[in-house]
Amino acid sequence: MSAELVTLTIDGKEITAPKGVMLIQAAQDAGIFIPRFCWHERMKAVGMCRMCLVEIDGVRGLPPACTTPVADGMVVHLQKDNVQKAQDGVLEFLLINHPLDCPVCDRGGECPLQDQTLAFGPGESRFVEEKRHFVKPIEISPNVLLDRERCIQCARCTRFADEIAGDPLITFVDRGDRMEVNTFPEDPFISYFSGNVVQICPVGALTAKPYRFRARPWDLQTSETTCQGCSVGCRGAVQSSSNRLVRLLGVDLDPVNQGWLCDKGRFGFEYVHAPERIREPLVRVDADMVEQSWPLALEAASEGIRKAIDLHGPGAVAVIGGAHGSNEDAYVWARFAKGVLRTDNVDAQLGDGLPPEVVNGLPEAAISDCDTAAAIVLLAPDLKEELPVLYLRVRRAATDLGVPLIDLSSREHGLTKHATATLRTIPGQQAAAAEKLLAGITSGKSSDPQVRAAIDAMSGRDGEIVVILGRPSMAESQDHTVAAAAALAASPRTRFLSALRRSNVRGALDLGLSPGTLPGRVTLEAGRAWFDEAWGGTPETAGLDTAGILQAAKAGKIHALVLLGADPLADFPDRKLAREGLDAISFVVAVDAFANESNRRADVFLPVTLWGEKSGSTTNIEGRIQRLGRRVAPEGTAMDDWRIAVELAFRFGVDLDLETVDEVTDEIARLAPAHRGVTSRLLVAARDGVVVPVAEHRDALVFTNAVTASEFGWDPIRPGTVEDESFVGAQLTNVVEASGTGAAGVIPSGGQPSGEVPSSEEIEAFTAVDDSAAPAVPLPELMVWDRSVTSAPAPPPDGYALRLVAGRKLYDAGRVTMSSPALANLAPSDVLLVNPADRDRIGVADGGNVRVISARGATVLAVRGDEHTPAGTAFMLFDQPGEGAADVIDINQSVMDLRLESLS
Amino acid sequence: MPITETRLVTKRLRDRPDDSWTADGAIASGAYEVLRKALAMTPEDIQDEQLKASGLRGRGGAGFPTATKWSFLAKDSFPRYLVVNADEGEPSTFKDHMLIERDPHQLIEGIAIASYAVKCNLAFIYIRGEFALGYDRLAAAVDDARSRGFLGPNILGSGFDLDIIVHRGAGAYICGEETALLESLEGQRGMPRIRPPFPAVAGLYAKPTVVNNVETLSALPHIIAMGGEEYGKLGVNKSTGTRIFSLSGLVNRPGNYEVELGVTFRQLIDDLGGGVRNGGKVKFLIPGGASSQWLTGSDEHLDCPLDMDAVGQFGVMLGSGAIMVYDDTVDPVLVAWRLARFFAHESCGKCTPCREGTGWIEKVLYRMSHGLGRPDDLDLLLDVGDNISPGLNAPFSQTTICPLGPSAVSAVVSLNKYFRDEILARVQPAAAEVSA
Repeated sequence: MSAELVTLTIDGKEITAPKGVMLIQAAQDAGIFIPRFCWHERMKAVGMCRMCLVEIDGVRGLPPACTTPVADGMVVHLQKDNVQKAQDGVLEFLLINHPLDCPVCDRGGECPLQDQTLAFGPGESRFVEEKRHFVKPIEISPNVLLDRERCIQCARCTRFADEIAGDPLITFVDRGDRMEVNTFPEDPFISYFSGNVVQICPVGALTAKPYRFRARPWDLQTSETTCQGCSVGCRGAVQSSSNRLVRLLGVDLDPVNQGWLCDKGRFGFEYVHAPERIREPLVRVDADMVEQSWPLALEAASEGIRKAIDLHGPGAVAVIGGAHGSNEDAYVWARFAKGVLRTDNVDAQLGDGLPPEVVNGLPEAAISDCDTAAAIVLLAPDLKEELPVLYLRVRRAATDLGVPLIDLSSREHGLTKHATATLRTIPGQQAAAAEKLLAGITSGKSSDPQVRAAIDAMSGRDGEIVVILGRPSMAESQDHTVAAAAALAASPRTRFLSALRRSNVRGALDLGLSPGTLPGRVTLEAGRAWFDEAWGGTPETAGLDTAGILQAAKAGKIHALVLLGADPLADFPDRKLAREGLDAISFVVAVDAFANESNRRADVFLPVTLWGEKSGSTTNIEGRIQRLGRRVAPEGTAMDDWRIAVELAFRFGVDLDLETVDEVTDEIARLAPAHRGVTSRLLVAARDGVVVPVAEHRDALVFTNAVTASEFGWDPIRPGTVEDESFVGAQLTNVVEASGTGAAGVIPSGGQPSGEVPSSEEIEAFTAVDDSAAPAVPLPELMVWDRSVTSAPAPPPDGYALRLVAGRKLYDAGRVTMSSPALANLAPSDVLLVNPADRDRIGVADGGNVRVISARGATVLAVRGDEHTPAGTAFMLFDQPGEGAADVIDINQSVMDLRLESLS
Repeated sequence: MPITETRLVTKRLRDRPDDSWTADGAIASGAYEVLRKALAMTPEDIQDEQLKASGLRGRGGAGFPTATKWSFLAKDSFPRYLVVNADEGEPSTFKDHMLIERDPHQLIEGIAIASYAVKCNLAFIYIRGEFALGYDRLAAAVDDARSRGFLGPNILGSGFDLDIIVHRGAGAYICGEETALLESLEGQRGMPRIRPPFPAVAGLYAKPTVVNNVETLSALPHIIAMGGEEYGKLGVNKSTGTRIFSLSGLVNRPGNYEVELGVTFRQLIDDLGGGVRNGGKVKFLIPGGASSQWLTGSDEHLDCPLDMDAVGQFGVMLGSGAIMVYDDTVDPVLVAWRLARFFAHESCGKCTPCREGTGWIEKVLYRMSHGLGRPDDLDLLLDVGDNISPGLNAPFSQTTICPLGPSAVSAVVSLNKYFRDEILARVQPAAAEVSA
């Protein structure tokens, strides 16, 4: 903000604030807490609760601080008798109809109404009449319950649903003291973001099913962490009670999630404690998997791999997966596979991603660049389904910040209605649309009305064009997406934000879990000399990606496979090839926490720790590295992935000499060229994480300052304010007498800013690495993509066929959804959607069965007409329970055309 | 000598009781002639020469000078809108009801003049949902005016375009508050907006908007017809012109009476209302609608002139022009409870002090008026009232967003001011019984 500063005084204390900010914010930034309920930093002020009334010299009455902009010379009083009487009065009003059922309320102990009553309230009620009554609680969504008696009508939840989530499904009903929040009849609060309203509710009116009655806040232990539900990297605070995870709260990391979480992220932790989890190592004895000790299981795993290498060479070994682990897991597995086993047949993606040289070799955008971009171009899957909190950010940019949104997707999706221009293309033809768009933007002219709309909306907007780049459909070759990216990259204004989905896919690609690469965003060729010296060896030739591995396996060339938390039968787009490939491999090691279709054929099963049980770091879509919090002890004898790799390496005669996760982090900081300087020490200090390469993002570094005070869980929780075991339970002790001049002086210390910009010397000190044993060759150059394109556009389908678009839903057949009770029943049932006109042409009613025939195979599915699916295309869900898109996709086809035959 | 009515805005509907609302009837009695005259003036003339000189103040309740209100419109910002507040919901106020039902063309003419003066081409009438006949007649009148060239493009060849949209409310008192009205008109739940921004800067659809009352706009043709200066000579002090007073309660001839401002309460009640029924005496009266504090039957009060500023000395306002008269057969606590019930029912629920406070006051007054009062109740009500309207003064100060909450406190203040001893005497024995 190019802020003009103004000076004002609050209770005699002089503060400065940017002109135009609201008084309540300015006061908070200066460490002065003005009590409030309805005001929330991330939403528009409504001035409803009246708790923040203040006196301002020269202003009549008592204006609310949340709707009063600061002005130069303003003199504000918080501690005058009339202000305190108003505070007393508002609190008394709020309590007269409040049930005061605190003993059985989830919020009890971390309740702003309790805390502010203590700090600012009258302490006694004069209300002797009958209180308002409602049936309590009512279920407003599958995971959220509403107790209307506790509600204080602050409109935080309704504003969130409307302004932030774009799901205006809850609203005020009735008037006066009978006013209640409710859903519309027959229309529940089905929102991917429903859990946020529970967190921001200032009382216990909204509670979340997975947490209800599970714990008292003062019993909770808290660790700050990073959500791993997808790759956005939302900051969170994970809480446990009696060694069980019970809750995840969003932490307000401005560059990333601004406090929000999606429900999959918020409630998905439950799978950690799922009964079906595998807790001990298993080894196959004939047809059965038998529990075995770790040493013997590791021995069995290494023996099988060694046999394959001895007989067929390192190229007979492959590793698929690794995108769900930490950076440390990815790095040590890359080192084990490439440096110890010397195979380059390693791929963290399952044919559903993008080439690493494209992800790592394009000019990068940050998530926050969406706020200020000249335009955002969507060349990605439905962000609402795959990267929900990124969806919130893009939605806000389009609706609130006036950023033009240009949609190149193949079908309508969550952001379509906010798009300024929509260039609807069928799979296989995005590159042509991208070229047309860029030509229009560059020349300022176009015959296409949509391109002209984009040009008009962008006129006068300087800055970058942010392309959100992912795979719009699983049913088209990545080459088409790459070609479109190449076309858009022709402009020097273009920056890319990758929209790959798996939690740490970016970290895995960065750290060498893909063929032809080595850790630190270098190619195998460029990094060979450096890592030969550092590791003692690297693969001789470039290896295969997952599709290549499965094809080679089918051809009898892969003899040992490690499934590193991967399930190709569910996630690989071509299920037939996945099955044939896996069936042909004689020795499979599963490194996983759950059995799945693919790893049921494993010979050795090595159980791993999950999120919440492990520390380390993770990398989000923009290359931001953040720490993971270890909150509970692992289930059973589960081991961190990276430690399993260390143990296996040891059995191949190589001592990686890595004892702790910090040692791994520091080895990455020494050896991975893009990650140089990202030491474990730096990651602890960096409040907002570290974007790599750190040298290019030094200005964005903020260090957590010494104040690690706790924060009200209902107000935006700032990163770096959460300290293990001292979080919410410490709230009351933080309500301290600040100046001893009465109630209004009480300041929860969470109002303090939690970060400071480090000096250049500090950065030097925190990024310093020990180069005494560094390889005696120059540091490898980072990979750059030459924008080479190999594919030609696919011709349109013939008149009888529908072109397949395959995409995911947030809730799918994945482990997090299926093993978390809160989410398990939320997976959708529709799997085949076509335009109503096409449905009618086929001659089938909604819900009728059709035979779906592709060049790959056939399956029978129920069809439904859907106006969001353009004519000439068919939309199939990917990775849902049962038959689906993977049964008809051929990974070797550039696009898939389907024929639908009515069976009714 | 008894006073008589001074009929300007009620002239046509009194003179032509059979067809005053029809286009033919209205035109036959001179409707739209002033519009022609106004369109020949410049907008600046109307605003600065006529309206300002007339001293016209809003007839909706607040009594704000209309010319000043118009002058706040954001300069050079278009489009801008005129919104007519026809959501007359103040208890015991029924003047706009009559003007809409019985002289809609006068209102349309006023709207057209006002729109021309403030340079707006689209006006909205937000009409109270319960006005069924009024809506039918108003909607028909707008259609008639349009088909006869008094609305639509190029009105009377002047080059000025205007259309009017009539929108029915859905029965919420709060939608008479101008920002809640705008919210409702936009399709939102009717709740007051936080100001600033004021409607004159960002009102309907975030465009500059002027909101005027039906009676205010109905007076406009008469101001143009007789000249602002002449109109300004009517009335008294800064309360110029005529006003319609809705006289109700225990008087012999309740009804709407248009009088020159400056006559006294007594003149209105006795000369026009025929005095209190059954030869009784005024015990108390509520001027200005339910929101105002009360007056008593004392000479000092009854002889106070109907002057928007002079009545302030007694802490009351002329408000919407309603006057409710009660004699000594009426229990003031019961009246206070009934008013409190209205406000508790109509509080929109947006801000805490009003949402919770109006309900609390209602519950306590219910007890008090039904024989369950406690000695502390009156002081409790005063303090609760003080938390809604600090200082309990008139004009209000408020902890709320809009004046609805403080309005609910007025009755409590009046009970205390005039009937404290009476009320305490009533609750004492009950309290003694309880403690015994």
